[in-house]
Amino acid sequence: MSELLKITALKVAAEEKEILHGVDLAISAGETHVIMGPNGAGKSTLGAAIMGSPEYTVTGGSIVFDGADITSETPDKRAKHGIFLSFQNPTEIPGITLSSFLRSAYEQVTGEHIKLFAFRKKLQEAMDVLQMDKAYADRELNVGFSGGEKKKAEILQLLVLRPELAILDETDSGLDVDAVKTVSAGIKAYKEQTGGSLLIITHNTKILEALNVDKTHIIADGRIAAEGGAELIDEVTANGFDKFI
Amino acid sequence: MKEKTLVADIDRAFYDFRYDEDEKNFLESGITPEIIREISAEKGDPEWMTEFRLHSLDVYNRLKMPQWGPDISGLDMDRIVAYIRPQKRMQSDWNSVPDDIKETFEKLGIPQAERESLAGVGAQYDSELVYHNVRREVAESGVVYTDLESAMHDERYAELIRSHFMKLVPPTDHKFAALHGAVWSGGSFVYVPAGVHLEIPLQSYFRLNAKGAGQFEHTLIIVEENAYLHFIEGCSAPKYYEASLHAGCVELYVGKNATLRYSTIENWSKNMYNLNTKRAAVEEGGKVEWVSGSFGSHVSYLYPMSILNGRGARAEFTGITFAGEGQNLDTGAKIVHNAPETSSYMNTRSISKSGGISTFRSSVVISENAVGSKSAVSCESLMLDSVSRSDTIPSMVIKTDKADVGHEARIGRISDEAVFYLMSRGLDENSAKALIVSGFAENVSKELPLEYAAEMNNLINIEMKGSIG
Repeated sequence: MSELLKITALKVAAEEKEILHGVDLAISAGETHVIMGPNGAGKSTLGAAIMGSPEYTVTGGSIVFDGADITSETPDKRAKHGIFLSFQNPTEIPGITLSSFLRSAYEQVTGEHIKLFAFRKKLQEAMDVLQMDKAYADRELNVGFSGGEKKKAEILQLLVLRPELAILDETDSGLDVDAVKTVSAGIKAYKEQTGGSLLIITHNTKILEALNVDKTHIIADGRIAAEGGAELIDEVTANGFDKFI
Repeated sequence: MKEKTLVADIDRAFYDFRYDEDEKNFLESGITPEIIREISAEKGDPEWMTEFRLHSLDVYNRLKMPQWGPDISGLDMDRIVAYIRPQKRMQSDWNSVPDDIKETFEKLGIPQAERESLAGVGAQYDSELVYHNVRREVAESGVVYTDLESAMHDERYAELIRSHFMKLVPPTDHKFAALHGAVWSGGSFVYVPAGVHLEIPLQSYFRLNAKGAGQFEHTLIIVEENAYLHFIEGCSAPKYYEASLHAGCVELYVGKNATLRYSTIENWSKNMYNLNTKRAAVEEGGKVEWVSGSFGSHVSYLYPMSILNGRGARAEFTGITFAGEGQNLDTGAKIVHNAPETSSYMNTRSISKSGGISTFRSSVVISENAVGSKSAVSCESLMLDSVSRSDTIPSMVIKTDKADVGHEARIGRISDEAVFYLMSRGLDENSAKALIVSGFAENVSKELPLEYAAEMNNLINIEMKGSIG
């Protein structure tokens, strides 16, 4: 299988302080990878750096996606290449409805114009998967959404935008059992509909139950501390991160 | 992330066409008793008006320039041409309007708007109205919509005008009110009789074409008991290097249980000093709704005032100000609660970019007798870069403890986090910022009469890539 994402010796800093000290990671098309690790280890930093967050500076190494070096590309270019990040705390954007925002995002990433009616149909199908009330389409983007609603709205965007690689940053955190089920169903639907790759940053194994995990990476103190298959998840669940620190 | 702002300035090129003026039609520049007499004679004022003008000039000469707001030292009053003779008297038949003027308003989309969505239209070009017309059924309902000059000479309205003209905004109010009293010309007179509900709006459009000139139109509106009116005012001018001055005056009288909605879109060019005064008096159970969009001018001083004189009278002010490069826009609103159980609501947004300064002043006065009154002020400002400025200056004077007053202000810069979030979904930096700005303004901009005036579509040309909505 061809490598979709290849990260080599990646060093990332935030305001002068180095957080990632040389990370290597490769994801092939269609694979599902999981990143686990203690708080503050740099998991979310890695996800944000792949998306090109202005909060972080890449001080060394490279990120190659689909054969193209995207290390210094702007986030919108990365999105157009097919990368998607589900935010841990999605920003509230007043005055813009979820539907109109997502329609213009769709047009940007696909480069195609879509008629309103056709788009609303597409949106409705995705909302059905997530059992979202259709009133959400016309609410202001993330404004006044509960934690669970924000996460569902992120997965909704994932289903509509159909990227090649979806990075899910603690999409399951702060969700009740039912919400985790709904979100998992959404992720599974993405996988089935697109055959895309997943990079799942999580503390919780519940969200992984419906998925076949190909590879697990443990990040501790800004480095990959261990790698393995799905069995590594069970080990962490049983024994915690102590042996990796 | 770069500090650069990529949101486009308002595209004013659309307004930037102009026609040569015949300078022999200009009165001499500067303001002297001789010039005032000449304007008065030219316009055929009744005697009381000539005296009113001369008295206003006295007041003007006594009062000092305002020192508390944006710098207006670039305005040389000796060089402003106060009055430009019209090429032709006012017409009510569009075909009779002189060609260059007709073309100007056609480019601005006014005749089209009149056909499609307006009950009546007035068009002022420089100092005088060139066109005024109302639909027949509107005129038959007793609604009067004409220029102030004609109304002053009509015995049916002469007394009404004399008893209302500059009574809400007396020449002693401030220096530019005095100037207005001395040199005013053009504008509109609207009278809506008791019980008449005008469902479709009236619109006046003011165009200042001549360079180095002043426009001093006066708008006087009387809405009687239980009547309803929506009045739209639009303004624009082509760009010159000489300073121009707009010192208009708007006086609104809202009767018992009547409602007047007054919408303004100002898009003067960036050489304009916009020193405009607007005021409304509202009787028992009546309501004034101001909707105000300030986009143009070099310097603006604009604070529409509502005086709630009757029990249960209400005022609503919705405003948006966009200050770009070289603009210092000082806007806001004043509300005076002068009777029990009155209420007011102010909701504004201001945006500044590329070094623009936007200042929001609010003033709420609740007098001793305004028991049981309510007032809420909410203003939000957004700065698009680190060289722009935004200030909020609230003032409240509350003379009774039986009132409910709230004030909320937020000033912020465009957030990098929000820009990143939108960019991660494929929007480039420009589009992401434009989306945040239009979202910020949405609450207020949806109140603007977009659907009525054709030229409105060209006012904010924030370059949105991809279709929003």
